[in-house]
This record gives sequence, C-alpha cells and structure tokens, in this order.
Amino acid sequence: MTVLGHIPYISLAGGHRPWPRALVGDEGWHAAIDRLAAGELTLLGLWGDAGTVHMALLDEASDIAVLSYTCNDGKYPSVGANHAPAVRFERAIRDLFGLDAAGSPDTRPWLDLGFWDVEQPLGKRAAARKTASYAFLPAEGEALHQVAVGPVHAGTIEPGHFRFTANGEHIVRLEQRLGYAHKGVESIMAGASLEQAAKLASRVSGDSTVAYAFAFAMAAEAALQVQAPPRAQYLRALAAELERLANHLGDIGAICNDASFALMHAQTSILRERTLRAADACFGHRLMMDVIVPGGVAREISPDGISQVRGLLAEIRKIFPRLVELYDNTASLQDRTVTTGIVRPEYARRFGAGGFVGRASGRKFDARRMPGYLPYGDLAFETPVLEAGDVNARVWIRIREVEQSLSLIEQILGRLPGGKIRVSAEPKRAECEGLALAEAFRGDVMAWLRFDADGRVARCHLRDASWFQWPLLETAIKDNIVADFPLCNKSFNCSYSGHDL
Amino acid sequence: MRRTLFESFAHGPLTEPSPGAGEAELAELAQSVNRAARTTLGRSLSIRQVDAGSCNGCELEIHALSNAFYDIERFGLRFVASPRHADVLLVTGPVTKNMREALLRTYNAMPEPKWVVAAGTCAANGGLFAGSYAVAGGVKNVIPVDLHISGCPPRPVELLRGLLALLERP
Ligand code: SF4
Repeated sequence: MTVLGHIPYISLAGGHRPWPRALVGDEGWHAAIDRLAAGELTLLGLWGDAGTVHMALLDEASDIAVLSYTCNDGKYPSVGANHAPAVRFERAIRDLFGLDAAGSPDTRPWLDLGFWDVEQPLGKRAAARKTASYAFLPAEGEALHQVAVGPVHAGTIEPGHFRFTANGEHIVRLEQRLGYAHKGVESIMAGASLEQAAKLASRVSGDSTVAYAFAFAMAAEAALQVQAPPRAQYLRALAAELERLANHLGDIGAICNDASFALMHAQTSILRERTLRAADACFGHRLMMDVIVPGGVAREISPDGISQVRGLLAEIRKIFPRLVELYDNTASLQDRTVTTGIVRPEYARRFGAGGFVGRASGRKFDARRMPGYLPYGDLAFETPVLEAGDVNARVWIRIREVEQSLSLIEQILGRLPGGKIRVSAEPKRAECEGLALAEAFRGDVMAWLRFDADGRVARCHLRDASWFQWPLLETAIKDNIVADFPLCNKSFNCSYSGHDL
Repeated sequence: MRRTLFESFAHGPLTEPSPGAGEAELAELAQSVNRAARTTLGRSLSIRQVDAGSCNGCELEIHALSNAFYDIERFGLRFVASPRHADVLLVTGPVTKNMREALLRTYNAMPEPKWVVAAGTCAANGGLFAGSYAVAGGVKNVIPVDLHISGCPPRPVELLRGLLALLERP
C-alpha cells in the first residue's frame, strides 16, 4: 500500500520527484500523525518553508511520500504531541521559521541559543530580543546532583552541552542541549547556484561528506530528471564504501579507547589512515569532498588509486580478523561494552533510528536497499542486525559492516563499467523538487530541494540520521554510571554539525 | 593479543619523516612571537583544541595527527584537556555565534604566553558559511590569531608543518 493510500489529501504538488508531495488539510495531517503514533509509518523528516511545514513519511516496506500543510496564523497541529520523534524538529522549525506547533509538549527553543542578531532567520527576520534563560527538565530527589558538561569538551570533539542528573555514580537523567554548531546552512542554500549548494551539502557533516554529496546529487537529479552514467554510479559507491570503512574503523578503535583499551585504537587508526590514503590516491582528497556532484562525479579515478585500494583490501583482510578476535577475547573490554547503554528495540523502531544504532536494536532499515539506489541493486551485500542494543552490539554491527564494505568494494572494482563519468545537470527554467535518501555510515541522510524558475536552489533541507539517534542516547544512558557516558556516546557517534546544520 | 604486539615490534616504524616547518607559517609567526617566550617554553607545546562550529572534517584530520604515521607527540606537541594547561589554542570552524562566547572564555582561561592557531578555511574566513546570520566568520573576528593553516580540511602533514613552525619560530 502506498503512503498516500491511507491519507486524505487535497492535491498533489507538480514536479516533485521521485515520490509524490501532497498538500493536506487538518484531516490529512492528523491521519498521518495517527499512523505515525500507531507505528504504521516512520517519520523521515519534518521541516519548514515559507508559511508551510513539510513532513516526509516512510512506509518501511515500500513507499515514501511528503505531506505539506499550509499554516494559518503561523500554526500547524503538533506532530510531537503524539509522536515524540517530531518534538525537536518542531522546536527547530519555530526557531528558524517562526511557525508554531499547536499543542506541542515542549515549546523551548532548540537551535536558537539566544546569540543571533535576528529572530526567525528564515521567517520574518526580526531583530532578536533578549531571551529568557533555558529551563532544563527537572529531576527531583534528595541525593541528586547535576553535572554540566560542554559545549567545550575535554577532547577533540564537536561542541554540545550535556546536563546530567546523577544519584551518586548513576545517571538519573541526561538532557542534551545542541545547536552550538548551527551555521545557518539552510539560509545560505536559499538562492545558491546548484554548484555552490552541492559544495555546501558536502560540508554539513565532514565525516559523511560523500553520503551528503550523494544524497544531494540524487535529489537534484530526481528534480531535473537526469541520471548519472553507470561508471559514475559505481565510482560514487566506491567513495561511499571507502567512507564507511574509514569511519567504522575509526569508531571501533575509538570506542575501545574510551574503555581504556588503547591498543585497538592504535591498530584501527593505522587501517583508517591507510583507507584515507587510498581514497586520496583515487580521488585526490582524503575525505573525498566534492567528488560526487550532480550529474555524476567530478574526477576520474586514478589507476594508481585502484591498485592502492586493492592493496588496502588485502591488508585489512589480513589484520582486521585478528583485531576482531582481540576484541572478542578481551574480558576487561567486554566487561565495559556488554549490557552498557541499551537502546530498546521499540524505541529504535519508533524513532526510525538508522545505521548501527538502529541495527544493533533490531531495526534493519538500510537506504541502500529501501528505497534503494544505483548501483546497489546490482551488488550483493548483507545488512547485519542484532537485538541486544548495547555498546557491544553497536561495535559488532560496525565489524560486520566493515566486512560488507570490503566485499562491496571488491565487487565494484571487479565490474567498474567504462564510459562517461558525468552528464550535464543544468537546472531548467521551471520550478521542480527532488527528494533522496543515501546511507551514510551512521544512517540515512535525507536531502530535499526545490529549484526556482531561475534555476537556483530556492530551498534545501538536509536531515542527518543523528536527529533520530540523539534522543535515544538520552534513554540509553539512564541508570548507567557517569563514567560510561563517553563510551556510550562514542558508540552512537552522532553528528553535532549534521544535526545543528 | 600477543601476536598483535609481537608483530608491532617486528615491522619497522610507520612514522613519516618530519615535514619540517612551513615557510609561510614561519613568516607569519615571525611577526607575532618573541624570543623570551621561546626560552620559557622550550621545544614543547601543549595544545587545546576547540571546535567552534566546524563541519567536523577538520577534527578528523587533527585526530589523525595522533596515529602511528604522524605521531605528533614525538615533536613535543601534545593535546591537553584543559585550557589552563595549554600554550596553544587550535581552533576550527567558522565560529558560530552560538560558540563565540565559549571560544572567548576558553581563550581567557589560558595562561600567558599563549598562541592561537586557526586551522581550515572556515577558521580563516568563515569558508562557505561566511555571511550567514549564525557565524562570526573566522577566528580572528573573535580572538587574535597567530597562525593560519589553510585547507578544507588541512591535511595532517599541513597541520604538522604549521604546528612545527610554532616550535621553530624565529
Ligand atoms: S574548513 Fe572544510 S573541513 Fe574544516 S570545518 Fe570548514 S568545511 Fe569543514
């Protein structure tokens, strides 16, 4: 059944591809909320526009659709009131657009921390007023104390604030306060040329630059109805899998390091560095920024790069299994990771958590399969799933995905098609819109954009997987000890920048 | 574990030769550093890193400085957790307005003498985010900068070259 099959709508927006965008009134909007609350649909995104809010919905079996609700007096019925994953989006929409979620359970600001000169920068752009101090959620009890951490942390980490309420060693409540990395990406996107916008999309979260460029390019191509040539599709997947490999290798070591097992970190850092060097040899940039562009890829792969990647595969295949054995056989390490920071499967499902956070808690979703995109349909790979939901399970998902990425890279090199690497992706002189999902190492990235009649990007919204994972970290850490927070946090490795935008 | 440890002994070091200090960086520093400071601190520096709203790409390459290939500590450069222990503030990102105050406070918490290194295009001038309502547009708009290391992100070798210039400053 299609998503729109159950939702009454007024009309379909023209030129939205590849899935439909429907304009809905109260009835349709509430029908969607009911289906979300009943667990029949998954929220993919909720974002603002001029006087309108859009909601992207996923039917995990088969379909995607976007609903648009036109706000009267700047108000729309709150989704978060019945479906918690929407709450932070609604707070962000209010900060940026000044649109209010009527009936929302939490009306505190989210991205606007009171330091901007303007209010509602994508809405009425009024001069900022003095804001009231932020009220953290209460936790009451005789022996409770609070620990405030951040936005500047002790290591080389992105900025964010964590407010712990603890009873002795045990965490009773964690509340996150994010937004410190907010750069106003959506406002710079508005009116940008396609080329400029693609560059910007590549810099939303540096660790996922390939995945963002991939999602953005696919959304633009959907809107413009062009398709990247086969060789470009394979090169894109090569870059995407190298990125996944580098991140997973780095994460596995960093998680062990946070459990004071430095040897693993030293070893996986070597493999990560070799991966980045192979990427550099292939595409001329260690993180492969700006390699994927609308219409294809910007650069042909160097022959030396291909042989380096083959060497990389051989080396990882030789060393990695030993590291996995080491992980599995070190009791002091297992003692830290097993049963620590559990995400309950029903939460992972409800929040539509992607990547290793979702898969370690039984949610199998993988954007490479559903909705699926080229060239993954031609390639064989498995999506590992576990149920335990603890730090250990999130490590194991990464281990299994390293193995899958190695196999994918081998398949890609084995059948790399010849031919062009890029077709022209010139914006047309007509309004059109596109939506795409790409699977980053930490989960699905959603890109949505609209071109205006001058061929510029009128609006672009990029949604990181972290939006649905950060709230789960709050639940996972409850009843754990304060000292295990870095370990749990690293096992999630959410993006601050990707979330704050 | 034993096998992994033995093998680490057996194969040669992975460490890259020192890239030496960069010319451009030395020239930039020549204006800002005095000799007295050098004698006080000798050839070792403690670095405190602050992400002032980067995309996290710069952080990834700063992390790489600690791997076996670059092994930054062999030069007497080390990362510390508190600004109170730091000689150098290494800043990335376009400095979001939401981070401006936190950056300033971190800087103020450092004892004299101190240096500020701005790493990456964003830290230099705001990069692609310049002009947004939400960014201050470069570290120098908030605190005085002694050294810029360019790149998006700067490669680890470039970061190393820039930081070594601090040690070999005139
Ligand atoms: S300079 Fe480049 S890599 Fe560094 S924070 Fe800016 S966009 Fe990211």
